Amino acid sequence: MASVQIADVRKAYGPTQVIHGVDIDISDGEFVILVGPSGCGKSTLLRMIAGLENISGGEIRIGARVVNDVPPKERDIAMVFQNYALYPHMTVADNMAFSMKLRKAPKAEIDERVSKAAGILGLNNLLDRYPRQLSGGQRQRVAMGRAIVRDPQVFLFDEPLSNLDAKLRVQMRTEIKELHQRLKTTTVYVTHDQIEAMTMADKIVVMHDGIVEQMGAPLELYDRPNNLFVAAFIGSPSMNLLKGTITAEGFVTEASDGMARVVWPIGVHPADSNGKAAVYGIRPEHFKLDPAGLQAEVVVIEPTGSETQVVVRCGGQEMTCVFRERIDARPGESIGITPDTAVTHLFDAATGKRIH
Amino acid sequence: MADIAMRAGAKAPPREPTAWDRLKVNRNWLGFWFMVPAMAFLILFLAYPLVLGVWLSFTDARIGRTGNFVGLENYEWLAEDSNFWLVVFNTVFYTTVASVAKFAIGLYLALLLNERMPFKAMIRALVLIPFIVPTVLSAIAFWWIYDSNFSIVSWGLREMGLIEGNINFLGDVWNARWSVIFANVWRGIPFIAITLLAGLQTVSPSLYEAATIDGASSWQRFRYITYPLLTPIIAVVMTFSVLFTFTDFQLIWVLTRGGPVNATHLMATLSYQRAILGGNLGEGAAISTAMIPFLLAAIMISWFGLQRRTWQQG
Repeated sequence: MASVQIADVRKAYGPTQVIHGVDIDISDGEFVILVGPSGCGKSTLLRMIAGLENISGGEIRIGARVVNDVPPKERDIAMVFQNYALYPHMTVADNMAFSMKLRKAPKAEIDERVSKAAGILGLNNLLDRYPRQLSGGQRQRVAMGRAIVRDPQVFLFDEPLSNLDAKLRVQMRTEIKELHQRLKTTTVYVTHDQIEAMTMADKIVVMHDGIVEQMGAPLELYDRPNNLFVAAFIGSPSMNLLKGTITAEGFVTEASDGMARVVWPIGVHPADSNGKAAVYGIRPEHFKLDPAGLQAEVVVIEPTGSETQVVVRCGGQEMTCVFRERIDARPGESIGITPDTAVTHLFDAATGKRIH
Repeated sequence: MADIAMRAGAKAPPREPTAWDRLKVNRNWLGFWFMVPAMAFLILFLAYPLVLGVWLSFTDARIGRTGNFVGLENYEWLAEDSNFWLVVFNTVFYTTVASVAKFAIGLYLALLLNERMPFKAMIRALVLIPFIVPTVLSAIAFWWIYDSNFSIVSWGLREMGLIEGNINFLGDVWNARWSVIFANVWRGIPFIAITLLAGLQTVSPSLYEAATIDGASSWQRFRYITYPLLTPIIAVVMTFSVLFTFTDFQLIWVLTRGGPVNATHLMATLSYQRAILGGNLGEGAAISTAMIPFLLAAIMISWFGLQRRTWQQG
């Protein structure tokens, strides 16, 4: 096991720069998830750690060693690919043993490591099968087995669950997390799915357009997003964001489509900000039902059993609210809602930065 | 009772469908009708000539004379013909050397063309050129290249001061053999290179990446990933290559007509010479028929090589 330091790492393909100086510190044994939309550079960064892409600038250290010019096989890492990349002409056992066979490890040691990894992942009955004879989840497990057998310093996962169906994805999510708790190997995991990131990570790195937008524990990002991008990206359903102005009364959204202006309550009034154009953020679950609150028109109502998701229109803006209560309202009817002012967010409309 | 009997009797009994009616509507027969055109084509142009050829080999037919059945006489005659055995040797030698060379160079080219490089599309197109030139034309070009007086190769080597006189490419026994093999290899490489390249492109790049991380050197990636995944295509392409080379005719006929002293005669050219030019249809047919076991052997080898490996799809 080892720590990984990424210092001012850049990547350019010709004149096109895709990663603009990224700094990430990953401690020994930490589970870090790089998350962001397609094209944000997260997979490229992972492949640079693996040594599959060269580094245009900056420095990557694994343990104490700078690995910029170290070939992949000497970096002591193992990678799980999105399409698993299992060798189709080898059995499960041979797939898992391949790296050790190349290293000419003694047969007894190979057998022991393979059967140990197979035991951890429940693959004992499948060792003689070929990849095509396995289900998606089993292939996924073999790919992890191949990584475990190497007993590397760092595990790298490149969107490992995106080829699985929704149910299996939830199950494998738990398995990967359990595996990490058991092996405690430093892990860097790439995904575009913020739920995966929230549920599995010790630390999330949100990337966008080749830069790190924010880095921190999942709930920290959820509770205090640094900017509009993170606010909108983390959380499902995503945060409601309203454009308007900060005034002494509260946050004001102007009238539109003949509807009245609305004053949204804010908890702590930021200093010197009256008259400032801003974005007001509130998560769907941070509304309370309150007949005396803001009157909002129900547009769509979606009961899921455990909670009720309601899309409402208030001051000409559509918003999503999630309530624990069951609501007996029809589309077109009006309900009273109140934002929980302790957890509302304000962002600068010009820069997108959080206003403290 | 009587009533029922009467009514049954009054009605005209339904006409039994004739066999022809059934043939027209039966699903299995319908399938047969659809196959008839293809079958007729195959019988007329493949099966009939093959059977006729085999039949001719058991007769003493000559051009203009039907001939009588003579049993294995043609084969007995060939078995004692030292020229025939020389031609068998030539054909096997030609096929083996040319196929091995075409495979080695074709695979090398395919691996090279699969790498990232500038002007890749143009280079790939260039590689195909020998394949798109009609064989006779390229053979005529080689005929000039190998000419005893005007050979550009001899001229070049002479100008460089490497040789004194011209090389007798097609006049010397072994020179001629190597010359025709070279021409055949030149012509056959593109087919193998492009087909193997197509095979290489079906191998997912992530397998190479996984192998790289697993610690494989570039030779080990070839040995343990590329080669095993390519074997099915290698089997197909080499079967075709062996069949085409074994039955080669045009190149030899244009370059040497089998000479000097039969050194480059192949079974196909000898068969043509004896049957059409010599008029001994029976004997020529026997030579052609004698090619069948060799070709079958080549097909069997690849068939066993091709049999679905357990790891393959399907």
